Amino acid sequence: MPDPILRLSGVFANIAQYHILQGVDLEVPAGAVTMLLGRNGVGKTTTLRTVMGLWRAHRGSIVFADRDITALPTPAIARAGIGYVPETMGIFSDLTVEENMRLAAASGPIAADRLDWIFAAFPPLKTFWKKEAGTLSGGQKQMLSIARAMAEERRLYLIDEPTKGLAPAIIATMAGALRDLKKQGASILLVEQNFSVARLLGDSCAVMDDGRIVWSGAMAELAGDAALQERLMGLSLEAG
Amino acid sequence: MLIRLISGDTPRSPILAAILLIILLGLAFAPFVFPGTRSVDTAARICIFIVLVASYDLMLGYAGIVSFAHTMFFGIGAYGVALASIHMGRGFDALVVGSVSGAIAAAVLALVIGLFSLRVRAIFFAMITLAVASAFAVLVSQLSNLTGGEDGLNYQIPRALTAAQRYLEEPFFGVRVNGKLVNYYVVFFGSLIVFLILLRIVNSPFGRVLQAIRENDFRTEAIGYRVVYYRTTATILSAVAASLAGSLFAIWLRYVGPDTTLSFDIMIDILLMVVIGGMGTMYGAMIGATIFVLAQNYLQNLMGAAEEALQSVGVPLLPLFLNPDRWLLWLGILFVLSVYFFPTGVVGRLRRRG
Repeated sequence: MPDPILRLSGVFANIAQYHILQGVDLEVPAGAVTMLLGRNGVGKTTTLRTVMGLWRAHRGSIVFADRDITALPTPAIARAGIGYVPETMGIFSDLTVEENMRLAAASGPIAADRLDWIFAAFPPLKTFWKKEAGTLSGGQKQMLSIARAMAEERRLYLIDEPTKGLAPAIIATMAGALRDLKKQGASILLVEQNFSVARLLGDSCAVMDDGRIVWSGAMAELAGDAALQERLMGLSLEAG
Repeated sequence: MLIRLISGDTPRSPILAAILLIILLGLAFAPFVFPGTRSVDTAARICIFIVLVASYDLMLGYAGIVSFAHTMFFGIGAYGVALASIHMGRGFDALVVGSVSGAIAAAVLALVIGLFSLRVRAIFFAMITLAVASAFAVLVSQLSNLTGGEDGLNYQIPRALTAAQRYLEEPFFGVRVNGKLVNYYVVFFGSLIVFLILLRIVNSPFGRVLQAIRENDFRTEAIGYRVVYYRTTATILSAVAASLAGSLFAIWLRYVGPDTTLSFDIMIDILLMVVIGGMGTMYGAMIGATIFVLAQNYLQNLMGAAEEALQSVGVPLLPLFLNPDRWLLWLGILFVLSVYFFPTGVVGRLRRRG
């Protein structure tokens, strides 16, 4: 197994008085796609947000590329090489598609071949390049959201439910783009509710329940075991 | 060339382009097209308020920062010129030293306010700026030895900028070419340059980050931008531009006082001008300032004329409402209507139509 690019050890995080993460231990191997699965409300999004420093871990450590990022401010974490695609399509609707993309490439202009690749993966972005992002459809906004993370080469991508609420045709486009990204050897931590997409993309997999990781292993193992799927995600688990 | 001058930020509506062109040409040729002390004074005020409002728009409309300290920065620039002119004697060096030191003082103060308070929530920042601005106004009125207190300061500016200096014996297109005319063009071109710089700033990558922060600061942080740094820089740039507007105002008026530069009434006026013109557009400042200053200066006359006209044809009751003493009532109605019909400001409305 390759070395982990991201390692969470015993991470606890609270949102107001709620204890959302209760000791998350997670390893994301470099150059592979790790799926983070689990029912709604178990802490998947909070895990990603905590890695980004948008919520603070009050216990435990988060190590990215051999560097402790637990207490770093969010911009520093992003600049360390993590591309984050939030669940809520974190686009800027007042700016044009082009401005959104240029903003995402914080280290300089987007390379022409990279832009070509993005346009090939998401053709509508080329069509609406000069349009305000707020006028795009839901699926196009999601495309822009992912394309923004792809605007530069990142060492790790954190992608939160990219197919949520999208039409099947757009889900296929999205899955195709992510598979493309995977082929390039990107390290990805992907939260996904759509199990067929997860099975298609995932190399390894971690399942969360009640604020901690309750199972981790190869995606193929989980995909081939219906009883395990039912036990992990269909029913509530006993903690621990 | 022209597109580059306006940083590629075209009006995007033919009607808007026409209005902006009329305002620009009107101001450029104001002393010739609208001769007379009052009209030229109104034109100079419009120029200065365009810069002041545009600099406020940089903060409010682009960075989403609500500040009530903008007149303080305006006042710092004005008092800088006044104090330099008094202590250094009349001369261009005093104007430059006053403007530059005013701008530096404004930048330092903005930096301090920004660093101490831009981390807190927007509403607290607004309250802090309100407190600092009020304290500053009280300080200026109390330090009467230095600032002239409530009476303000009168001072002399270089003769080359006063009506006493004649450049041509004969009028040019019916206008006397004297220092006052030169002074007007100092104000006009000074304002134009600062406005174009502001336009450049908001259309730069820096400006895009500000717009992103206005929409969602967490998202902007998550893609790697330090929000506090950008907000503080925007506050400083805005303060410097406001201070330069204040310096131009001081050069034009040859007087500064708390009422003309620091009062909260001016702060409210700026807010109204931004909202009427259209937030986050820059061009809104041109339209908002022009409508507002014209209304402030000429609404009374217009109402007086309307009252007389209605009285002469014997219309009952209505002339009473149009009595020039009630001009503030009508100004208020004008604002309510403009906000009702143009919630995104005049520019926002025209652009949507275009």
